[in-house]
Amino acid sequence: MEYQKYYVPEQSKFPIFAATSMFLLVMGAASTINSLGTESNTGKYILWSGLAAMATTLFFWFKKVIQEHLAGLDSAQLKKSFVFGMAWFIFSEVMFFAAFFGALFYVRSFAVPWLGGEGEKGLANMLWPDFESSWPLMSTPDDGAAYTLPEKNLSFPGFSHLLTWLPLWNTIVLLSSSVTVHFAHLALKAGNKSTFNLWLGVTVLLALTFVGLQAAEYYEAYAHYGLTLNSGIYGSTFFMLTGFHGFHVMLGGFMLAVMLIRSIFYNHFEPEDHFGFEAASWYWHFVDVVWVMLFLFVYIL
Amino acid sequence: MSAVIESHDHDHHHGPAKGLTRWLFTTNHKDIGTLYLWFSFLMFLVGGAMAMVIRAELFQPGMQIVQPEFYNQMLTLHGLIMIFGAVMPAFVGLANWLVPMMVGAPDMALPRMNNLSFWILPFAFFVLLSSLFMEGGAPNFGWTFYAPLSTTYAPPSVTFFIFSVHIMGASSIMGAINVIVTIMNMRAPGMTLMKMPLFVWSWLITAYLLIAVMPVLAGAVTMMLMDIHFGTSFFNAAGGGDPVLFQHVFWFFGHPEVYIMILPAFGITSHIISTFSRKPLFGYSSMVWAMASIAILSFVVWAHHMFTVGMPLAAELFFMWATMLIAVPTGVKVFNWVATMFKGSITYETPMLFAIAFVVLFTIGGFSGLMLAITPADFQYHDTYFVVAHFHYVLVPGAIFSIMAAVYYWIPKWTGNMYDERLGRLHFWLSFVSVNVTFFPQHWIGLAGMPRRYPDYALQFADWNMVSTAGAFAFGLSQILFLFIVLKTVRGGKKATSQVWEGAEGLEWTVDSPPAYHTFTTPPKVS
Ligand code: HEM
Ligand SMILES: [Cu+2]
Repeated sequence: MEYQKYYVPEQSKFPIFAATSMFLLVMGAASTINSLGTESNTGKYILWSGLAAMATTLFFWFKKVIQEHLAGLDSAQLKKSFVFGMAWFIFSEVMFFAAFFGALFYVRSFAVPWLGGEGEKGLANMLWPDFESSWPLMSTPDDGAAYTLPEKNLSFPGFSHLLTWLPLWNTIVLLSSSVTVHFAHLALKAGNKSTFNLWLGVTVLLALTFVGLQAAEYYEAYAHYGLTLNSGIYGSTFFMLTGFHGFHVMLGGFMLAVMLIRSIFYNHFEPEDHFGFEAASWYWHFVDVVWVMLFLFVYIL
Repeated sequence: MSAVIESHDHDHHHGPAKGLTRWLFTTNHKDIGTLYLWFSFLMFLVGGAMAMVIRAELFQPGMQIVQPEFYNQMLTLHGLIMIFGAVMPAFVGLANWLVPMMVGAPDMALPRMNNLSFWILPFAFFVLLSSLFMEGGAPNFGWTFYAPLSTTYAPPSVTFFIFSVHIMGASSIMGAINVIVTIMNMRAPGMTLMKMPLFVWSWLITAYLLIAVMPVLAGAVTMMLMDIHFGTSFFNAAGGGDPVLFQHVFWFFGHPEVYIMILPAFGITSHIISTFSRKPLFGYSSMVWAMASIAILSFVVWAHHMFTVGMPLAAELFFMWATMLIAVPTGVKVFNWVATMFKGSITYETPMLFAIAFVVLFTIGGFSGLMLAITPADFQYHDTYFVVAHFHYVLVPGAIFSIMAAVYYWIPKWTGNMYDERLGRLHFWLSFVSVNVTFFPQHWIGLAGMPRRYPDYALQFADWNMVSTAGAFAFGLSQILFLFIVLKTVRGGKKATSQVWEGAEGLEWTVDSPPAYHTFTTPPKVS
């Protein structure tokens, strides 16, 4: 039986730095949020120092892992640990989105119809007898000043407006980026580094385009549609789902950009050995699948 | 695939580093296991002190010791600290110590991340506890933090609570990923899945549950944060949302969470009962299947916590039957433990005493759970002390007894010293009697209608509350003895052999007691 070496670093300073940065981050974030609308800036300073510390720690941590890899310290078995680790991390992200999709499903199938008086629990309508349920919800049960009611929503506007409907373009952009990242992967496996860089570059550009379009959509929603986080449950689910997705696009795009830099400037990645890129591309495919679900359940249905 | 450890240090030392940095920078699964276990014990004492405040106030009807506002904060923090600070980290600590040794791995699969998972915890609980000193006080909405109590009517410190839950969740997820990857990727050659020790199996399933539901909890607190500070209406009917939505999301996490706290206990109990009965475990594969089915079913029973909230009839029925279904695999496990003891040559060392008590008292908790699962009956029991009695039976003489059993069982391995058997048994009997004195009467006052979560109560509940408080203080004091026994064992005692217990089987009993800093640098052969 042949034994492979499994690399166990003796000691490391990174984790405790990461934990401390995380502490600063949450203390800062919580104080900042709690002092919103006041003059106090302390929270913000803590938050930013936490962010900076976290970014620095992660930078050096990943750098170290890459150096260890280049020094040949790791083995096929360690790589497998990374593969499993990444896969389970993505699964945890799936479950995070599942919570928000679940909430969307619940309000659309149960809460809002009940408030409108439908079904077994329609009694809820006695609270706001004038309320009629609909989706997208353009009015809230309590129409008071607490809510900014939207004039328009972002759901499917019908085939006549198809081409001016931003989410369709977002879908096209993101779906093609999944294809281009796959082309990049194929090129890398074929040992064709310049093609790899090209396709990966295109993917990063598509990611940026997506974020740009999404920003335009948000601007549109806030400035012209009156659709905000404060527009009741439609705005809440819309912005939380698309917002967290957008945030994940930025993260995934950032990971791909890092891979691009590593490939161009440091000539990392071999046809048989490129886990960093693979992990980023799995993440990217995941983000893409989430978008397809969003497109279906938030925009179309 | 197999593994050889490679040390990359220049001075190539194989022992632990000296001083504080050993603990701060360590990547060693044994060190990290020790950190987790001590942290959990510290939290057990902190959460325990809060329980004493609660029970002292409930000693007599009327308000005596604390303000109702403070009582609510104690109740909330007690629950959160015991669950997230004491029980869960204790099991992760045990996993750290035991899983690599049991599967013949040199360490956990991702050692640096392992260190991070631990060190997040002290910070997370610092954030949580610091809320006690903030304006408006600590969270006061119960460990289940139902909206709108935790949103519209929450104290400002709720923001800190939310972020502390976020990082606890990150710690749990990273810890769980580490356990799963270790089990899937680092087993010694020949250790097939169905040869794995049951503790390892129980943790594989637990880790899967953790990764599946901790993100949902993160989702729940995120929606709260948005509702409180950024104008969304997830849990606000006035905006088209629903406070009941909070309960659904929370319990989708919450019910699997209770199994996260009991599956490792199942694993531990299986080891101990088999060792001290000097018989192989009865029905190994049915044990694995039972745990797997419990885990799967635990995703479809959550609304048994919400029978009285006003769900459609179909949902009430579905969740009632699904909940009862869980009793079947649970029954299989209890049957197997009893069958293992049947005709065994049993000796009653402290770990075995705790394990047997676990089987009996956990079963009582299971039965009260079944009573609660009957929807129409739960309309009566819900939010009474009967529920409190139920979950304390499954958690204290359940989960916590199993943790203590595990400590007594493996501490000779960890330290190389035998604990004091006489003191161990004394600790057991004190805990066993006092835990029942504390929690059994709560069944009665619950059935008689005493609601949970109030600092005051009607006169007719006075007698049993007094008994319960007496039991609680006795239980609390008995744990000081536990601390003493553990410290004594760490400092010295009769030397333990490698096998420690006559009937013990498994890879961890083949290495020295205490084991070398790095065990299985070359993987053992498992036949
Ligand atoms: C046969 C197995 C079990 C059944 C049928 C069962 C059933 C139930 C039911 C129906 C409730 C809700 C009662 C109510 O609020 O009205 C409940 C509450 C609870 N159960 Fe169980 N249970 C079982 C096992 C467990 C286990 C193993 C644990 C933990 C280790 C556990 C922990 C809890 C907790 C913490 C609560 C109360 C949560 C709260 O409202 O604060 N249960 N159980
Ligand atoms: Cu439950």
